[in-house]
Amino acid sequence: MDALLQFLLSGVTVGAVYALVALGFTIIYNASDVVNFAQGEFVMLGGMITVFTYQAGLPLPLAAVLAIAITSLVGVALNKLALEPARGAPVVSLIIITIGASIFIRGAAQLIFDKQLHRFPSFSGDQPIHILGATLVPQSLWVIGGAVLVFIGLWLFFTKTLTGKAVLATANNRLAAQLVGINTGWIMTLSFALSAAIGALAGVLVTPITLVGYDVGVGLALKGFAAAMLGGMGNPKGALVGGIALGLLEALTAGYLSSQYKDAVAFIVILAVLFVMPQGLFGKSTTERV
Amino acid sequence: MLTVEGLRSAYGPIEVLHGVDLEVRSGEIVTVVGANGAGKTTLLHCLSGTQPISAGRIQFRGDELTTVPAYRRLRRGLAQSPEGRQIFTNLSVEENLRLGAFLYTDERVERDMQDAFAMFPILREKRNLVAGGLSGGQQQMLAIARALMGRPHCLLLDEPSMGLAPLIVAQIFEVVESLRARDVTILLVEQNAYGALKIADRGYVMETGRISMTGPAAELIADPRIREAYLGI
Repeated sequence: MDALLQFLLSGVTVGAVYALVALGFTIIYNASDVVNFAQGEFVMLGGMITVFTYQAGLPLPLAAVLAIAITSLVGVALNKLALEPARGAPVVSLIIITIGASIFIRGAAQLIFDKQLHRFPSFSGDQPIHILGATLVPQSLWVIGGAVLVFIGLWLFFTKTLTGKAVLATANNRLAAQLVGINTGWIMTLSFALSAAIGALAGVLVTPITLVGYDVGVGLALKGFAAAMLGGMGNPKGALVGGIALGLLEALTAGYLSSQYKDAVAFIVILAVLFVMPQGLFGKSTTERV
Repeated sequence: MLTVEGLRSAYGPIEVLHGVDLEVRSGEIVTVVGANGAGKTTLLHCLSGTQPISAGRIQFRGDELTTVPAYRRLRRGLAQSPEGRQIFTNLSVEENLRLGAFLYTDERVERDMQDAFAMFPILREKRNLVAGGLSGGQQQMLAIARALMGRPHCLLLDEPSMGLAPLIVAQIFEVVESLRARDVTILLVEQNAYGALKIADRGYVMETGRISMTGPAAELIADPRIREAYLGI
């Protein structure tokens, strides 16, 4: 029983990280139908930039904010320099461009920073919290809280604000979006900035627990992608539920089977979703009259 | 209201508009008729800024429009209900209408939406449904209503009758004619030349990227060449 609770707690923590990555996927996917595989690199940049600016002497909160801001700019640059010039290309080509961009960012990070693993102190100390015999580090609460807040923010953004609807409209029909007066170029810039900021926030929150290195983005992007697929691509609720579910599955697999199979869970989830319900848990099935 | 001079436009190396001159005066319904591929839709996209032009100029309400980006042209008062409707298929009917008034946040938005529902009662009934599930005629109504939500002085209408049953076509043309009373000037592009010329004040006939004939709609409808080529009479 104690063990189960422990697995659940660590599963939710890891799941919250996957949820944050998946939420980042959601925005760019909603704005452009593109799955941005450089999303994991945003997480890495958030962690790495915080580490190095903190080591350079900045206070931690300031370092974190700076990291999120810089990563947002990287996101905007990715759109302007790599994706916008290819506008009109098939979505698959654009997705391949994001894979290329992720390799580039990883390489650049390796040169600019280094190849070591780093961390910075937890926000609220490392004294574990005891819950019914299981333990939880305080930083976990930051991660879970961050995921929930970002989810609520995005959910309100897409359902309650006109700008959020404009993002959805731009993805659905760019031509019509322009005709109703939406500056679609600006919407894309906004989407990439927001997406990158959420990714960087995930990196800032999770680094004290999992450490950060130049190559942590690949795994996170894959896990986040699996979470988004499971929940239903494009739906913030799906991203949150998918992320937590994947985290729990991983933790339970590691606990009751073997930690060697942990990483396979994400791939099994992707395959199962594709075979059984390609639209995911909350995704809309796409039927359209023509 | 709208003056077009020597407009040229190309898709890559292939020029499809070879110098189009056209004028729409305030309060008019003007129609551009012509066969499939004559360049009518391209002309409207040039006017809306969604298709680049290679020469010529567009003036609208006394201002130069030629270099204004597409998303700013609605603010100037020029709206388009595009060919193939181009509604936001995964958003609800109401969200489509709200986005039509994307530029506005005042209380008139709600009033305009009620107006749209009064004009097309079926849209009120289906306001919460996903727009992609509407029938073709309903989608066309939504496209026109969405364009009107943008408070245009001039509405560009591209093939509103395309693919619709005759009864629906008649209803759509009736609505278009009724817009005159709302102070909306209309440039209507149609393959259904007879229906368009019947409600229009003036007409232009377009052939392979050029204006081949122009005049009052009543004269065009009576012209033997038009009757033979476009009206099938």
